[in-house]
Amino acid sequence: MQLSDSEQAMLDGQAGVATAMAMRIITEMGRVSGAEKMIPVSSAHIDSCLFHGASGVEFAERLVAEKGRVCVPSSLNVGALDLLHPEKIRLPDPQRGLARRLMNAYVALGCIPSWTCAPYQAGFRPKCGQDIAWAESNAVVFANSVLGARTNRYGDFMDICCALTGRAPYTGLHIAANRFATVEVDTGQLSNALKRSDAFYAVLGTWLGSTVGSDIAVITGLPGDVSEDRLKALGASAASSGGVALFHVAGVTPEAPSLEAALNHRPPQQRFCLTTGDLVSVRDRMSTTDRDQLDVIAVGSPHFSLDEFQRLLALLDGRKCAVPIYACTGRHVLHQLESHGLLGTLSSAGVELIVDTCVVVTDVFPKTSGVMMTNSGKFAHYSLSLTGHEVVFGSLEDCANSAVTGRVVRDEQSWR
Amino acid sequence: MMDIRTTALLAGDASGQLLSLSADISFWGGVDPCSGRIIDTRHPQYGQCMAGKILVMNRSIGSSSGSSVLLELFQRKLAPAGIILAEPDFIIVLGAVVAREMGYGDIPVIQLNPEHFDGLPECLEISRSGSLKAVHKQ
Repeated sequence: MQLSDSEQAMLDGQAGVATAMAMRIITEMGRVSGAEKMIPVSSAHIDSCLFHGASGVEFAERLVAEKGRVCVPSSLNVGALDLLHPEKIRLPDPQRGLARRLMNAYVALGCIPSWTCAPYQAGFRPKCGQDIAWAESNAVVFANSVLGARTNRYGDFMDICCALTGRAPYTGLHIAANRFATVEVDTGQLSNALKRSDAFYAVLGTWLGSTVGSDIAVITGLPGDVSEDRLKALGASAASSGGVALFHVAGVTPEAPSLEAALNHRPPQQRFCLTTGDLVSVRDRMSTTDRDQLDVIAVGSPHFSLDEFQRLLALLDGRKCAVPIYACTGRHVLHQLESHGLLGTLSSAGVELIVDTCVVVTDVFPKTSGVMMTNSGKFAHYSLSLTGHEVVFGSLEDCANSAVTGRVVRDEQSWR
Repeated sequence: MMDIRTTALLAGDASGQLLSLSADISFWGGVDPCSGRIIDTRHPQYGQCMAGKILVMNRSIGSSSGSSVLLELFQRKLAPAGIILAEPDFIIVLGAVVAREMGYGDIPVIQLNPEHFDGLPECLEISRSGSLKAVHKQ
């Protein structure tokens, strides 16, 4: 790999020990990926601040001890604690103390304490064509697909190493020629009623991830005004069930003005024409139990937006929840809820806010097993192994109705 | 010596029993960092432990926290002895690169055409050059 003079200087330690360590790691990754050079990145989103064990703390604190400092705007993903409502998180010591040290270390490195997995809805919005180094699989897929920014699916550690050096290896999705779709997914046979349901997008994403793996698909036949929250749900599900880092929606996303343009005017290598039956079977596999007595409802993976909170409140329509709804969000939305005067309404309805973190990355639920209902494909994917809770997947409307009765209520109409 | 072409993504030598994953996995949420066991109940190799094994898999899926889980396995001496991938999976390679940087351990990560996966022996030795050799069960 060809390094510029300033990159070589970083590697040689002229920008300090921490930057040199970061440069060694990204140079090694560049070598493995066959990159010929490094490119500058304009921002980073750091997932490494989420606690997984003492090793991550040791890594981050070594960078802090060596006076590391990020050189591009670097937002932080969720941590394992709700710093605003610490009492809501049941994570015991010593993990709790370590999780806090880890979050502190990343702030000490100069990262922005945004603590959200939806940075793109918290004011961190890279422009189309910009090279960035983002981690957190749903943020990666959103930045690439919906914003047209360019990032690979960076893992923990790579994110902070790119932030400390301001560089990333020129490989993968940073290269324009690698961003075209090779798979076409036609949703033209599906009913408009189905496409109006929010659950459809999480299910479509789960189908996409488990079918195309990490290939790039272009989806046709979706409404031209499909909302950002729905694309967020689609991407998050696709990135949990597969390795999807980029998808296109013809006529909607920035690199797909048309089907042909997304495919670079070549025929697709694979073409799928989706039927309702295909999606119903995927939807059914997203649930892990037939039990209908619920213990908890969880929403907000990725972090809930203000719009999603307003929809939830409209669906509850003044009714009180019999089982709690845990709604995970970022402090950017908490402030909006506060200024809209909605915090009291949510609390009296039985909606418990979890901020800075979420229910699958740390201990929130009162019990270590039970049945959880969710509208999130990502929660559905991870809940059983990470929280011990069996999963029932449903739309946001199903979740709201089920929360009120305490039992699973489903509207099957649009899935027929 | 088996005549199979491999690419050493990270050079190193290792030997161990094979653990071949028949489905892709997310290390985060799929592997317990405290025990090395597969905890994704929907995964075909649910319950198996990867510590000290030669892990054979196509690629990882899902969360970018996978590198952290792998690093934690290294620190706890529960990492696989070596990893064979069908694709150069950067989340996996990164965990191994950072483990080297932190002085936690040094394992080979090699890329192999998955059409050879089925023919791999139960116990395998990986050399620094990336060549594979069948060994007797330890």
